Amino acid sequence: MNATIPAEPTDRTDAPLLEMRGITKRFAGVVANDGVDFDVQAGEVHSLFGENGAGKSTLMRVLYGFHRPDAGEIRMHGSPVTIGSPADAIRHGIGMIHQHFMLVNTLSVADNVALGLPSSRGPLTDPGRVSERIRELSETYHLRVDPNAVVWQLSVGERQRVEILKALYRNVALLILDEPTAVLTPQEVDDLIAVLRQMAQDGKGLVFISHKVREVLGLSTRITVLRHGHRVGTLPASAATRDILVEMMVGHALAPERAAVATGEALSDAAIVGLTPAAGQAPPAPAVATTPPRLVVRDLTVPGDRGTDAVRGLGLEVRGGEIVGIAGVSGNGQRELAEAISGVRRSTSGSIVLDGTELTGANPARARAVGLGYVPEERTRDGVVADFSVAENLLLVDSTAPAFSRLGFLRGREIRRHCQSLVEAFDIRTPSLDTPTRTLSGGNIQKLIMARELSREPRVLLVAQPTRGIDVAAARYIHERLREQRARGTAVLIVSEDLDEVMSLADRILVMYEGSVIGEARPDASTRAEIGLMMAGIRPDAANAAAAARATT
Amino acid sequence: MNTDLVVSLIVSAIVYGTPLVLAGLGELLAERSGVLNLGVEGMMLMGAVTGFYASQQLGGPGWIVLIVAMVVAALAGGSMALIHAFLSITVRVNQIVSGLALTIFAGVIGLSTYAGQVWNIGGQHGLHQLNRVDLLGLGEVPIIGPILFDQDPFVYLSWGLVILVTWYLYRTRTGLYLRAVGEAPRSADAMGVNVTKYRYVHTIVGGALAGLGGAYFTLAIAPIWTAGLTAGVGWIAIALVIFAFWRPDVLVLGAYLFGALSSLGFTLQAYGVQMPSEIFSSLPYLMTIVVLAGASTTMARRRIGTPAALGVPYVREEG
Repeated sequence: MNATIPAEPTDRTDAPLLEMRGITKRFAGVVANDGVDFDVQAGEVHSLFGENGAGKSTLMRVLYGFHRPDAGEIRMHGSPVTIGSPADAIRHGIGMIHQHFMLVNTLSVADNVALGLPSSRGPLTDPGRVSERIRELSETYHLRVDPNAVVWQLSVGERQRVEILKALYRNVALLILDEPTAVLTPQEVDDLIAVLRQMAQDGKGLVFISHKVREVLGLSTRITVLRHGHRVGTLPASAATRDILVEMMVGHALAPERAAVATGEALSDAAIVGLTPAAGQAPPAPAVATTPPRLVVRDLTVPGDRGTDAVRGLGLEVRGGEIVGIAGVSGNGQRELAEAISGVRRSTSGSIVLDGTELTGANPARARAVGLGYVPEERTRDGVVADFSVAENLLLVDSTAPAFSRLGFLRGREIRRHCQSLVEAFDIRTPSLDTPTRTLSGGNIQKLIMARELSREPRVLLVAQPTRGIDVAAARYIHERLREQRARGTAVLIVSEDLDEVMSLADRILVMYEGSVIGEARPDASTRAEIGLMMAGIRPDAANAAAAARATT
Repeated sequence: MNTDLVVSLIVSAIVYGTPLVLAGLGELLAERSGVLNLGVEGMMLMGAVTGFYASQQLGGPGWIVLIVAMVVAALAGGSMALIHAFLSITVRVNQIVSGLALTIFAGVIGLSTYAGQVWNIGGQHGLHQLNRVDLLGLGEVPIIGPILFDQDPFVYLSWGLVILVTWYLYRTRTGLYLRAVGEAPRSADAMGVNVTKYRYVHTIVGGALAGLGGAYFTLAIAPIWTAGLTAGVGWIAIALVIFAFWRPDVLVLGAYLFGALSSLGFTLQAYGVQMPSEIFSSLPYLMTIVVLAGASTTMARRRIGTPAALGVPYVREEG
């Protein structure tokens, strides 16, 4: 370890743990980081805040050796270092928890932790010793994980604990966390924040990447805001407020409720009241209780990829003119439920009925024919053909409609007119109709899919992860379109792992846990904490009892 | 059916299965690292021709000549694999194209046949052959004697390698890293494992084992060289790796099953059974199709075995 820190002792005392100076990184002409400065002191949490695509992850991937910077300098403890690979970063005591976990799914927790480390038994593995040490660390930091479990069996929250254990096991001096809270329940977020505080107290430097203001304000010592690859500024958390940060993030001031939506910060209970449709943003939801349900799912069981059932006896109803939101921690059957309703995955029992038409076991073409609009979760994989042009993707499901084809030949001019009007109506930012879809931003691809689905005037609209990974402006636009669909009387079902999004959009929230609906909540009547307990598998009656017990003491 | 027949069936199953064990283990190592090597057939033929040539040219005690010939064959297979590694890991050309190209380049109408002609070894009878070694003097023990203790050194070597590779994969650090590289190269890279190095080393070692498997034909089974004498065994080895779910222990059993089918015709003929030989010679290939179809559906159902990154080049800066 000493050999890697050649700096003189005088340097070490006051030089920061990490300094990055003038980091520039370009990808095929696009500047992801433009002369960014960033530093971290030992014992502090320094947050990187900004929109999706602002360059936060790129900057940290440069630091971790995944990207080579085009310009700039990195210093650790005051002395310049070259980080050409993750192996170099590890040698300098840097650890990183990536947004997509870096675990080997077929290996055990202990094997994953041991990966890349010397072993006490020389060339042989020593799973016994590793497991023992993992148990010690688990206890010290309250990170429950079974060292012998195989990773694919673990929940997302557990996988993240494995990632943190990997860093603790290596005794890193600097730990980078890239959007670590995105996949956790509110309670798990609290647990994570406690662990991170403890690590900072132990003298480690932490970099916390997030676009959620509440977490950044709650955890950080200092905050650096990035926008379009530039550093907008760095300020101590004590001097930061939500409004200041949001303004720095988007470059101009937003109306308060917009700011809340933009940052997923709708969530203090007071803010939720301010965000319900009555506050004036969207037309008030029509009285829906009396209309018959348009989408009815009963006792649905759907197998998952591993052979076990991912959806277990689930039932739900969506009426015309309401938005029902499915909340839950990722991996509780939401994806399989959406795929079963849309017809791409087979159910083994139960029924799906759309406006009185039986859809159980139907293929996607038939589900569409009876009036289902579907925006899938993996938009570039399942929502579009990425190498097709914008026009081709807009046309995909309609290519056999008489308006667009005659005797099996496509009618070019009609198609272009139709597509051009959709591009304009949905504000899809594309150089032309012939641009390959994969070159568009996530937000514009999502608008394209929405345009295609909504142009068919669906009776039921199913949208999975409506705004995951897309920029604020596009997210806001998509939310408005969804509210507009509600006003038109469409039955809207959204599935989202972003609780903030569900709370700001839905009229009713169904919480999914281990394949079934564990409870229902209304955003205006339930708190984030109550829904969070359900997401963690605690039934609402039990949760109420717990809350009541707390209130009386 | 008498005991003699069964024993001689098993013995010849082992003999004909041994090139499959060697080449299959090599392919298993390469695929575990994420590199699909379809050049096995070509590498086996190069091993067969260079090994035989070396054994004809060298002088000295027979056992030294044969060991050197085996080393030469391994080097020939290894150098072919180096070409494949460079093309598929460094240049990132399509691994299927690169492997097929190598098999065509070195195959019946290619380099191995040409080398055989230039060296004029076509009609020669081998001067050296690996003979059976009666291990511990137990060769005469009924039934297990001929099966376990009266084989040629190649067979003993292949058994040692099976144990070694199994132990390597599941008990050593490098074996653990190898499995990680084939499953999740990005995760392995993030933990400081050199993905490129692991892929190169295991692809080359895999090619060397294929070369040895080829040399088994010309140094042990029959000391003669004919063009294209492996007759598709390299392809069966690739299928075998899938059939074995990338596990060395299952691979041995599969190899001997194929070995039994390959030798069934000769053995039954020797015992006077009359059947058209074409039926027997087609059995291993039919079996390959049946087994692959069966293994694929099992795997699709349970999603086991296949290294997740098999055939996918690793690029650090993407994603």
